Amino acid sequence: MRAEPDVAAMSDAAAQSPARAFLYAFLRHKGAVVGLGVLVLVVLAAIFADVVAPHAPGQQFRDSVLQPPAWTARGSWTFPLGTDPIGRDILSRVIHGARFSLLIAIGVVALSLVAGITIGAIAGFAGGLVDLAAARLMDVLLALPGLLLAIIVVAILGPGMDNAVIAISIVFLPHIVRIARAAVLVELSKTYVAATRLAGAKPVFLLFDTILPNCMAPLLVQAALCFSGAILEAAALGFLGLGAQPPTPEWGTMLADSREFVLRAWWVVTFPGLAILIVVLALNVLGDGLRDALDPRLRRS
Amino acid sequence: MVGFLIGRILRVVPTVLGITLVTFTLVRLIPGDPVVAMMGETGLNAVGRERALAMLGLDRPLHEQYLIYLGNILRGDFSRSIGTSESVLKEFLALLPATLELGTAALLLALLVGIPAGVIAAVKRGSLVDHATIVAALSGYSMPVFWWGLLLILLFSGTLGWTPVSGRLGVQFYFEPITGFHLIDSLLVDEPGALTSAVRHVILPAIVLATFPLAVIARMTRSSMLEVLNDDYVRTARAKGLPGWRVVNVHALRNALIPVITVIGLQISVLVTGAVMTETIFSWPGVGKWLLEGVYRRDYPVVQGGVLLLALMVVAVNLLVDLLYGVVNPRIRHAR
Repeated sequence: MRAEPDVAAMSDAAAQSPARAFLYAFLRHKGAVVGLGVLVLVVLAAIFADVVAPHAPGQQFRDSVLQPPAWTARGSWTFPLGTDPIGRDILSRVIHGARFSLLIAIGVVALSLVAGITIGAIAGFAGGLVDLAAARLMDVLLALPGLLLAIIVVAILGPGMDNAVIAISIVFLPHIVRIARAAVLVELSKTYVAATRLAGAKPVFLLFDTILPNCMAPLLVQAALCFSGAILEAAALGFLGLGAQPPTPEWGTMLADSREFVLRAWWVVTFPGLAILIVVLALNVLGDGLRDALDPRLRRS
Repeated sequence: MVGFLIGRILRVVPTVLGITLVTFTLVRLIPGDPVVAMMGETGLNAVGRERALAMLGLDRPLHEQYLIYLGNILRGDFSRSIGTSESVLKEFLALLPATLELGTAALLLALLVGIPAGVIAAVKRGSLVDHATIVAALSGYSMPVFWWGLLLILLFSGTLGWTPVSGRLGVQFYFEPITGFHLIDSLLVDEPGALTSAVRHVILPAIVLATFPLAVIARMTRSSMLEVLNDDYVRTARAKGLPGWRVVNVHALRNALIPVITVIGLQISVLVTGAVMTETIFSWPGVGKWLLEGVYRRDYPVVQGGVLLLALMVVAVNLLVDLLYGVVNPRIRHAR
């Protein structure tokens, strides 16, 4: 019933410009808009963590160890989400934790995108032996289950946040390479590429300046999915003691720290995990919305 | 048909070689002196160090070392654990049934809940059930597995006291493994209560391990089903006057399941990854926990052999799914 005018407006928008059509399709995806909203809040919380958080993340209140959240009988509003086993404010640590999770995810997405696009684009562009070698290498990486691969890399490089970023990037690399390669192959067969080639463009210019900008849509969607995946994997590595090390208020590390208190103090494990779930959920919904909006074939009319 | 089978099997060979190359390189990439890393810092003098290098075969050129490594693997020699001096393969095989049992339980759970949920959501598109399924699937998809496990322990083991926190079987039970699957063995031996105990131990880890595959399978079934339900042959079946359930469960579902099977194949790798986390949380004595402990102890032969064996298992299962798929679906078999 309400769909009728929307369809008309949509074809109008589509006729005007691709950017408006994208925006229109994106805004129609209510979940994606909510996801974006949540994400903006989390980013703001991460940037202004020092202002927003009621306490410093490492400050220990020895008189209030394992204090439950404010709304329970023994709680107080000094520590809205309660305190952990050594008396640190959980809300402050969760807020500061957003920084680490986002930084790790940004690092992973940047690293795997740059490396993956370079390898994938060159493989697709060059073809032949180069392509075959890249494809085989990626097959091998894909055959190793994700977290297992990350654990191996950390086992070699040693635990820590930097190495976790490298490890997770390697896990995501084959997916990016495949998408970049496929996108380049599709573009290569188009006439504008032939035209640029005939005009005498050098291969490097042709690939990075002419072809790649047209391959961005699927890569952008994959980047959004990698972002949420990176947060999950980073938290998993942190939980296993192979990622960020205590006392860093990284969400996975916080869970590992308080794991043994799970049966005595539910709040110490509940909130860091809830933060992970909310951010990953927001990113996944956002990724779905981006995909629907960027891929005209999937756009709902 | 035979050509298809041989072709698929041959295509796996470079992947397997690549994996052995990765696990071979793995140990050589570890920073520091390999002798110290493998034998410990026992104050070796120069002569002792030479002898250790020769014993480990590290004095030969790299390509020779790799060929020796390959030869050892082909003979089933995956080196020995530094911690226990036990053969890595033997340790792996001893723990494998526990992991397989957990993985099978999780996969069954994911299939038995995921496929019906996807079908119902697709048939009742836009209903409350559909929306609930979408939200649940999306949450399952975004769930940090280790946290989910802790929450379930908190609720079912802590607050309600229904399930044990860890392990595979109550300590009062003991029996020699027959199949290695406690759920089956406890039926075969005459131990009253053992089966109940085994079920109560496996249920939470199985739920945790099943969550991600369940979400993926439900999502895939729903979207695949939606596509098929619009097809002409489904309309024909309805027009013939067949009852609705028959159209859905026989005509539509059969074709809708083809992409779902592919997704299930991909979940094997997810299950292996998930097993490492799940086994750690629930102290489930399987290969995932063993491998991770190897990482913590810096027991490199265990890490090297364990990763190789798990990866080979994943490759083998994927190959099997691939072959079955070709057998079931002639379109795949004859494509190229």
